[in-house]
Order: sequence, then structure tokens, then C-alpha cells
Amino acid sequence: MHSISLALNGKPVHGQVEGRTLLVEFIRESRGLTGTHVGCDTSQCGACVVSVNGKAVKSCTVFAVACDGAEITTIEGLAKGVDLHPMQVAFKEHHGLQCGFCTPGMIMASIDIVKRHGKSVDEETIRRELSGNICRCTGYHNIVKAVQAGAANM
Amino acid sequence: MENFNYHRPATTTAAVALLKKSKDGKFLAGGHTLIPTMKQGLAAPRDVIDLTAIKGFSGIKVSKTMVTIKAGTTHQDVTMSKDVNKAIPALAQMVGKIGGVHVRHKGTIGGSLANNDPAADYPSACLGLGATIETNKRKIEADKFFTGMFETALKNDEIIIAVHFPIPKKASHQKFPNPASRYAMVGVFVSQDGKGKTRVGVTGAAPCVFRAVEVEAALNEEFSAKAASAVKISAKGLLSDMHASAAYRAHLLSVLAGRAVAAA
Repeated sequence: MHSISLALNGKPVHGQVEGRTLLVEFIRESRGLTGTHVGCDTSQCGACVVSVNGKAVKSCTVFAVACDGAEITTIEGLAKGVDLHPMQVAFKEHHGLQCGFCTPGMIMASIDIVKRHGKSVDEETIRRELSGNICRCTGYHNIVKAVQAGAANM
Repeated sequence: MENFNYHRPATTTAAVALLKKSKDGKFLAGGHTLIPTMKQGLAAPRDVIDLTAIKGFSGIKVSKTMVTIKAGTTHQDVTMSKDVNKAIPALAQMVGKIGGVHVRHKGTIGGSLANNDPAADYPSACLGLGATIETNKRKIEADKFFTGMFETALKNDEIIIAVHFPIPKKASHQKFPNPASRYAMVGVFVSQDGKGKTRVGVTGAAPCVFRAVEVEAALNEEFSAKAASAVKISAKGLLSDMHASAAYRAHLLSVLAGRAVAAA
């Protein structure tokens, strides 16, 4: 077992993990934060996307032990009390979800896109950069609209 | 997944020592091949040696003639690099098409080359540009580095430190991605140096990346899209699977080579 210490949604967290413990397992099973989803478990669908040291990564393909000392943000870390993050608001307003399973990863990926491309990111860039996030309900159209609206309000 | 001992050395010397000491150790340089392989039980190393904490293991340096990318540099850092985009735009653009952005945040050039996946993009750029792969022991020309499917010239006590890409006069990379996986069904990296010499690196088409010498010969005569796409490629030795037959891949190769020359 390895001892790890990291900042999870701004709070210091300590834990004991095996080498093979995936970051998503640590987040969901040890910390009880089940907003981060496991869709495919094969590094493709993006439902498990979280931010590690400011970069969006697939937490099903990162070992928790390798995140010792990291700053991690999950979907639970976005809202301030009852006030949702502008990207969460945009997904709600623009119907950027149906079943909602992919949504946490979509939102984490979208915020990462805005960080890199700015508030006025265009549709083509959003579509290209969401290629690592799969949605089986919406056909992506409203997701793209939501990301553009959320970006403008960030 | 089988459990393992996790190591996070701070130097390449320590990393190599750990690998030599282990009965069955693996380097982790991003993990987007190794971790899925371990999940499937296809790999079960006793020791995983994480290279990402090694000091000075990532970074990009561009001189007048050479782009040097250190082994631990992520794909995202390469594709976003202003210097790489200016010196070898085809390389920066190719790296921007590896996986999705979350994958590019973790994947590294050293990991990609050491793994030598038959459909990986970086190996085709190494052959197409005539790169040199620098290890802790020696410098290896790309032509001698990729030895077979998932096989390279790397020895057990060797670790990639950096890759040196000569800056070409012109270059382009064209890929026909599998519609589902986005891996290259065929990917072609064409370059022409200041002396008019052409190199054509091909990935996805065969069990191992290779140079399309017939296309190179045609382009050395006449550097035109027409000359490239007129070359008849033999399907012998090319991959045939549920996605495409060998004959289809052979055809794609010359089509993509033509497109690459047109875009270079």
C-alpha cells in the first residue's frame, strides 16, 4: 500500500492505495464522490474526465498513486454552494443532456476547452476537442450549443 | 488488474536500475497503452516504473536545423508548441490528431516510440523526417529503431531521452483514421529536405512502420502529387483485418501519399 496526499476539490485528502488503484476508483470508492462516472473503462468514452493539475484527463487511465501531491477537481468541485458553475447552468439551459451519464465528463472537458481556447471558442474547435467524450443520447448538437453559451459566461 | 510495485524515480539512472533489478518491470510514460493492456490482463508487470517525475525529462528545443523533443513531453505540449508549429508544422498537426485531448495530456513521445504500435503516428514521423532517437546509451537512427510489431532496437537497460527531428524544406502528414478508434488505417508522413531528397514514412498499413521506397523513388524523380499517387503499391505483407483488406490499404497508401505531397 502507498500513502497519498492530494487536494481534492480544494480540500486536503489522505488515503492508502494499492499500486493498481485507478484514480477514478479512489475518487468514487474511497472518497464517495460518485459524480465521476465509469462508462467504458477502456479510455475511450470520457465519462471519467477530471482535472489533474489543471489538465483534463481520463481518471480510469491514471493510477491514484501517481497523483500523490496533485490538485484534482471533479464535477462536485465546480458549484459554489447552490450556485452552479456557468458551464453546468449552460448544459441545463440548453438541454445538453438526456440520460446524463456522460455529462460530468462533458462538463469537465468543456471547461478545459474554454481554459485553452477562451470564451469565444468556435463550434468546430468544440466538436474537435470533444472527440474524447462520447454521448449516446443527444447527437451532440445541444452539447455544442451549451459549451458555447457556457464559455461566454465563464 | 494484477497488483504491482509502483516506483517513481527522480532520475533516468534510478529508473534503469529499477528496471534491471526487476524480474518483470515496465516503464510507465503516460500509460494510455500500458494501463488498458494491464486491465485486460495482457500485461501483468511486477514493477511499474513511472517516468513522469524524472527531472528535466520533458521539454522542446528548436534550433535552425533541428527540433528536439525530450522523451517525457506530452502530445498536447508538442501540438500546442509555437516553435514546433513554426519549424515543422506537419509534425505539430500530426501530434494534434493523436487520440483526443485528454489522451494527449498524458501520452508522451518516448512512450509512443518505445511501444511502436503498428498504427501509432509518431513512428511514421520519425521515418518520414529521418529522426534520431537518443537514449541514455547511444543515438539510434529511426531507420534502425523500429524492428517489428511492438518491437524496437531498445535494450533492457535503455531508456529514450530525446528525439531529434531535422527540419525539412517541406512536409505533410495525411491519415485515414478508423472511423471508430481514430487510429490510422493508413497514415503517411512525407518530407523533402533541402537537397530534394524525399522520405515517406507509413504507419497502420503493415505490422511495423516502414518507408515506402517505391514512392520515395518516384518523388525523387518528380515531387508531385500525381507522381506519388501513380505508384502501384503491392499488397504483399500489408495488414488485412475486419477494417480493411491489404489491397485496400495498399491503395490508400498511394492516395494518401499523393494528398501529402499536394499539401506539403
